[in-house]
Amino acid sequence: MAKHTSGSRGGNGGADGAEAKEEVKMEKSEAEAAFPPTFNVSEIKNKQRRHSMFVKYKQEKSKLKIQLKKKKKKERKALGDKAPPKEVPKTIENQRVYDETTVDPEDEEIAFDEGTDEFSAYFNGLTNPKVLITTSDRPRGRTVKFCEQLATVIPDAHVYYRRGLALKRIIPQCLARNFTYLMVINEDRKMPNGLVLCHLPDGPTAHFKISNVRLRKEMKRRGKDPTEHFPEVILNNFTTRLGHSIGRQFAALFPQDPQFVGRQVATFHNQRDFVFFRFHRYIFKNEKKVGIQELGPRFTLKLRSLQKGTFDSKFGEYEWVLKVSSFEKSCNDATT
Amino acid sequence: MGDTSRLCSVWLGSETGILKGVSLSRKQAFNFCNASHLSRDQEVRALCWGDPAESELLVGSVDGTVKTFSTEKGAFTETRSCGDPADGCFVGLAALGGSALVTCAECGTLRVWREDSSEPVTELHAGQNVSRMRQSPVHRHKVATGGKENGLKVWDLQNPQSPVFSAKNLRDDWLDLRRPQWVRDMAFIPDSDKVVTCTGYHQVHVFDPATPQRRPVLEFEYGEYPLTALSLPAAGNTVVVGNTHGHIALLDLRKGVVRGCLKGLAGGVRALQCHASRPVVASCGLDRFLRIHSLEDRTLLHKVYLKSRLNCILLASTDLEAGGGEGGAPGVKEEDEGGEDDEVWETMERVEEKTKRKTTTTTTTEEGELQKKRKKGKD
Repeated sequence: MAKHTSGSRGGNGGADGAEAKEEVKMEKSEAEAAFPPTFNVSEIKNKQRRHSMFVKYKQEKSKLKIQLKKKKKKERKALGDKAPPKEVPKTIENQRVYDETTVDPEDEEIAFDEGTDEFSAYFNGLTNPKVLITTSDRPRGRTVKFCEQLATVIPDAHVYYRRGLALKRIIPQCLARNFTYLMVINEDRKMPNGLVLCHLPDGPTAHFKISNVRLRKEMKRRGKDPTEHFPEVILNNFTTRLGHSIGRQFAALFPQDPQFVGRQVATFHNQRDFVFFRFHRYIFKNEKKVGIQELGPRFTLKLRSLQKGTFDSKFGEYEWVLKVSSFEKSCNDATT
Repeated sequence: MGDTSRLCSVWLGSETGILKGVSLSRKQAFNFCNASHLSRDQEVRALCWGDPAESELLVGSVDGTVKTFSTEKGAFTETRSCGDPADGCFVGLAALGGSALVTCAECGTLRVWREDSSEPVTELHAGQNVSRMRQSPVHRHKVATGGKENGLKVWDLQNPQSPVFSAKNLRDDWLDLRRPQWVRDMAFIPDSDKVVTCTGYHQVHVFDPATPQRRPVLEFEYGEYPLTALSLPAAGNTVVVGNTHGHIALLDLRKGVVRGCLKGLAGGVRALQCHASRPVVASCGLDRFLRIHSLEDRTLLHKVYLKSRLNCILLASTDLEAGGGEGGAPGVKEEDEGGEDDEVWETMERVEEKTKRKTTTTTTTEEGELQKKRKKGKD
C-alpha cells in the first residue's frame, strides 16, 4: 500500500514533483506561521523565495501603517477642535542633552578667566595680529594656492616656505619678529587636510582637520578678489567653554576695528562640532535686503585637540583631545 | 559661609585663585575667594591639610603667599609670605606638627617656616627644576623631591645637609646614550620605605631606600604621553597615574601591568587623589571638571563642572561621598532593627535612598533582588 502511494506520487512526474514539494513547503511555512512565531524569514535558504517573503512582509507592514495613519486622520477630523495637539517629531537638536559647560554671559568667574587669559593682550587692543602661514614640507599646487588665498583673506599674513624646519625652532624666531599667530597647513596626497593654529606668546595651540576645501576658481558666481580692507568677523554658535576658547582664537586672527571699512565679512559657523568658514562681500540694497557675493576660499574645520602652551605635541598638556572611540557619543557636541 | 564649608568633602584649587569646595551629597560647588577681585597671581599651586584633624587648609599661590583657610569658619584666616615669585611657583607644601610648614619652590629651595618668624628656620637646595615635593604620611619629617634632570631625593628635615636617599639614573640605553629623566610626581608607599615616582617620559619607577640599589627596583611604562599625577589607593599594591592626554590608569605594582583605565577625562590630568579609606579616586585637570571614579568597577560616580582650570585637589577623609554609600557601623545597627518588623521594611522601601542602605545589610537571598533594583536606580 505504501508502495502504491509512493509510486503514484512518483508517477506524477518530475514536473509535478517539484510543485508538490513547493506546496508542501508553503503549507509547512504557513502552518508554522500560524503557530507562535518562531519562524523567521531569514531561515529560508532559497534567495528568491526569501526575497519574495520579505517583500510581502514589508508590503504588509506599510499597509498597516497607512491604515493607521488614515484612521488617525479621520479621528482628528471627527474631533475637530477637541483633537489632541500634534506631536513634535524627534530631531537631533531636540534630543540634545543640555551641555553644562555652556557659558552664561553673566558669569563673573568665566569673564575673569577670559579677561586674563592668553588672548587678553589682543582683546584689550594692545597687540595687532600678525600671522605666519606655512605648510608641511614640500607642498603641492593646491595647498600652495590655498595658502596664498588665505593670506589675502587674513590681513597682515605672510606666507613662507617651510624648508623642512622644525616648528619648535620656528617659534622663537617668530617671537623675535613679533608674530602673533603661526598657521601650519598640513598636506596629505596633494590636498590640505590639517591645520595647526598656534597663538604665539605662549598661547594655546589648536589642531584641526580640514575638509572640503574650495579654492577661488572652483566657486560658482563669485565676486572679484578680496581687497585690502579688514573683514568683519562673525562667530556663530560657539556656546560652550571650549567653543569660547576656539572662537576667541579665530577672532584674534583679524585686527579689531569697530569702524568697518570695506564690505567684507569672514564667517566661522559652528554646527555639531564642525566649523564652516566662508568669506563674503555684502551690500545693503535697502533697509531690509542684503545682497552677498561669495569670494575667497571655503573650508570646513573640525577640532582635534587644543593644547595649552605653544606647539609641543609630545610634552605639552592638552586641554581637550578628540576621542574617536568614546562611549559618550550621544547628541553631545563639545563646542556647540 | 561656615556651614557651606563644613559640608564640602572635596577641595580644589584653580588657576583663577579661587578655592572651590564641593559637597557631593548635595551636588553643589562653592567658591571661596580671598580678595574681592581676582587676579592671576593668586593662582593656587599647592594645597594641603594644615592639621591632622583637617580643619584647616594651606593654600599656596603663585605670588609666594601661603594662606590658611579654616573649614569651620569658611574664610581665610591668615596669610604668610613664604618666598619670592622669582623663585618659581610652589611645587610642594606640607605641614609639620606645631604650625610649622615646609614649602618647596621650582628653583629647588626647600624651606621650613615657623609661625613667628618671617625667615625660614631651615633651608636646603634640592637641585634645579624641581617638579614636585611630597611629604611622607608616616614620618612627617621626611620629604621627597624630584624634577627635570633632577632625580628623586629623599630628605630628612632634621639633618638637612644631604639627602637620605638619592636615586641614580637608569642605565644607558642600547645605544649607550644617557637616559633623560624627569620626575613629575611621587608618593611614599605606606608600611615600607619605598617610593613610587612617575616620570615625564611615561615611566613609573619604584625605589627602595632600604636596599643598597639606588636604581629603581621596578620600572614599567604606560602610554606615550608624560605622566603628570600619581596617587596610591588605600588598598595596597596598585597605583593610579594620569597623563597629559587625560588617560587615567590603574597599574599593579607587583608585576608592572595595567589593571584598567578610567575613562572620561578630556584634558590633561593635573591632580589625582585617592580617598583614604574608600576605593574611590578624584581627578581634576585642564578640562575644568572634577571627576570621581570608583576603583573597583572603574565607573564614573560623580562629575562636577567647575568653571576654571583646576590645579590641585584634596579629599577629606570623612565619609561624605556618594549619598547612597555602604556604611560600616550604621549598617550594623540597622540590621538589628530591620530584622524585627516587616511593616517597617515595607514603609521604608518606598524611599529609594533607604533601600540602598538596606541592601548591604539584608540577608543574602534578598540582597540579589535588591541589588538589581539598586543598579537600575543608579542608571
